[in-house]
Amino acid sequence: MSVTRFCVRSYRQDLKVFASPAAKISLVLLAVALLCLPMVAGTYVAFVSCVCGVSVISTIGLNILTGYAGLISLGHAAFMGIGAYTAAILSSKLGLPLVATLPLAGLAAALTGFVVGVPTLRLKGLYLVVTTLAFQFIVEHVIYHWESLTQGDRGISLPDPTLLGYKFGTYESFYYIILAVAVLTALFAKNLAMSRTGRALVAIRDRDIAAEMIGIHVSKYKILAFVVSSFIAGVAGGLYAYLLRLISPDHFTFGQSILYIAMIIVGGMGTVLGSIVGALFMVLLPEALNAISGPLASAYPALAPRIGGVSAAVYGMVIILFLLLEPNGLFGIWIRIKRYWKTWPYSY
Amino acid sequence: MDFQVLLQLTVTGLAWGSVYACIALGFVLIFKATEVFNFAQPELMMLGAYLAFTLIAGLKLPFILGFVCALVLVALVAALLEMMVVRPLVGEPVLSIIMVTLGLANVLRGLTGLAWGYEELQFPSPFPRNPLHVFGAAINQAELFTIVATAILLIVFLLFFKYSSSGIAMRATAEDAKTAFLMGINVKRVFTASWVIASVVATVAGVFLASLTHLEPIMSFTGLRALPAIILGGLDSIPGAIIGGLIIGVAENLAGFYLESYLGSGVREITAYAIVLIVMMIRPYGLFGSREIERV
Repeated sequence: MSVTRFCVRSYRQDLKVFASPAAKISLVLLAVALLCLPMVAGTYVAFVSCVCGVSVISTIGLNILTGYAGLISLGHAAFMGIGAYTAAILSSKLGLPLVATLPLAGLAAALTGFVVGVPTLRLKGLYLVVTTLAFQFIVEHVIYHWESLTQGDRGISLPDPTLLGYKFGTYESFYYIILAVAVLTALFAKNLAMSRTGRALVAIRDRDIAAEMIGIHVSKYKILAFVVSSFIAGVAGGLYAYLLRLISPDHFTFGQSILYIAMIIVGGMGTVLGSIVGALFMVLLPEALNAISGPLASAYPALAPRIGGVSAAVYGMVIILFLLLEPNGLFGIWIRIKRYWKTWPYSY
Repeated sequence: MDFQVLLQLTVTGLAWGSVYACIALGFVLIFKATEVFNFAQPELMMLGAYLAFTLIAGLKLPFILGFVCALVLVALVAALLEMMVVRPLVGEPVLSIIMVTLGLANVLRGLTGLAWGYEELQFPSPFPRNPLHVFGAAINQAELFTIVATAILLIVFLLFFKYSSSGIAMRATAEDAKTAFLMGINVKRVFTASWVIASVVATVAGVFLASLTHLEPIMSFTGLRALPAIILGGLDSIPGAIIGGLIIGVAENLAGFYLESYLGSGVREITAYAIVLIVMMIRPYGLFGSREIERV
């Protein structure tokens, strides 16, 4: 952990998933707020919350691979794409229900993750980065050109998701499925991080040769990180497909992969809370940008087709500023604020 | 297999390959000197080409003058970026460095789109349009100019690294920055110099690429295909980068022509990446890269 612990705690306390009663209470409040959200807010807010949820799931997956195991992947959107297309094809062509398509979407992505993971075991740093980049572009190409299966750039449309006989046709109702999966993923990741496996991954990230010397089976855990991360990405992709109803190759591009990395950097590497906060920040940022760029475009119609450049530039700036000024991300800021108040007035 | 077609495809491939080689040279140069892998290199190339376009087509400067002005402007931008954005992160973990340059790439791409728009622009190519007939094959003169000019440029740079004192200082820094610093080499200046040289070479590549095709922001994705070239050659080998660039250029042109009917129309764009995947499985440190020995 790059963020140092600020007070001495027993090992038993350290192992707890929820650290204190205060944390439990705030979690309950948060849960109530999350459950009530679609009832009080409109359809648009529900849709944006769904996108947030999908991004949170996917980012947690990437954080397991990159934040915990230290394996940098520029192909996370490709894994999501594989999951999304699996779900779309199975549900539209074979008519399978959500309970079947989601796990299968995850499995398809996990299988690909395994296939990509094995040859990359010998690769490090930049070679790994460029290999995952190559994987990203090849998947994009296959999705785009395997028309008989994916219908190319026309995209595939999905039927309404059904679960246990109920239809989840509206954003408001589908929100609850996404929320449930997101909570499950977060709990899983939190537990994974605190288990033997999570510690092994962190050891590999920090120094893989040393990790091997103390008896960690490096290649096994690296493959495991790839498989788990791509499974989660696949499930997130499946949910994304059901959410959008019409998926096309444009939703799973290289730019998206960078966006997911930006999420873990903005949120905080190697923390579950960081993945959540980072995903929320990066999804809500363009919403805030739209509020600015909309009036800008109507004031200067000549600029309208170029406005897209603004959001790309702002994304880039956010990444750069976080790396330069707050490498621990929003999570790091949160820890600093918490430490300040805990030790107040003796904050030194 | 038709000989004329093959010859034509190979020349086109070599022209694109020399563009890749120029971009790749910039990547390797910066990586060797500062251990920073600059994902914004294709964007610097694009920026250079757009600046040259504005100076030549917009301000009606003569081609050579506009070109030189564009080189100077891009060099200034690169030097500023190096000092403000990248230098604070030298020595940080790989991910931070990769991400800061990816962020930089996004900023440059976004600003280029904002300033020049997303539509295709016709670059005022200085090369004669009529093709040259060699052995019955029609060869685009712009391609020949590209090959010859980049070859000269690369030879000049190789000589510069080998014999000039600044070049030796750069190689020393690449070998071991700390020792070079102790020997009295101004390491910071070497860092900036590597960015300046890389951006200048990238701009040359960008102008040639724009003359071969046209200007549009997607150009940066073309430039990104120089990455496979570097990986193919090995990250830390300048001759490797050049040879890798040429191999990728020729291979993707041939594959684009002969495999398109089997694998779909975009096959040219992904040949480079397919090659990289295969090479990485066989030689995880590239064809010419040095194998690192790691110690705990």
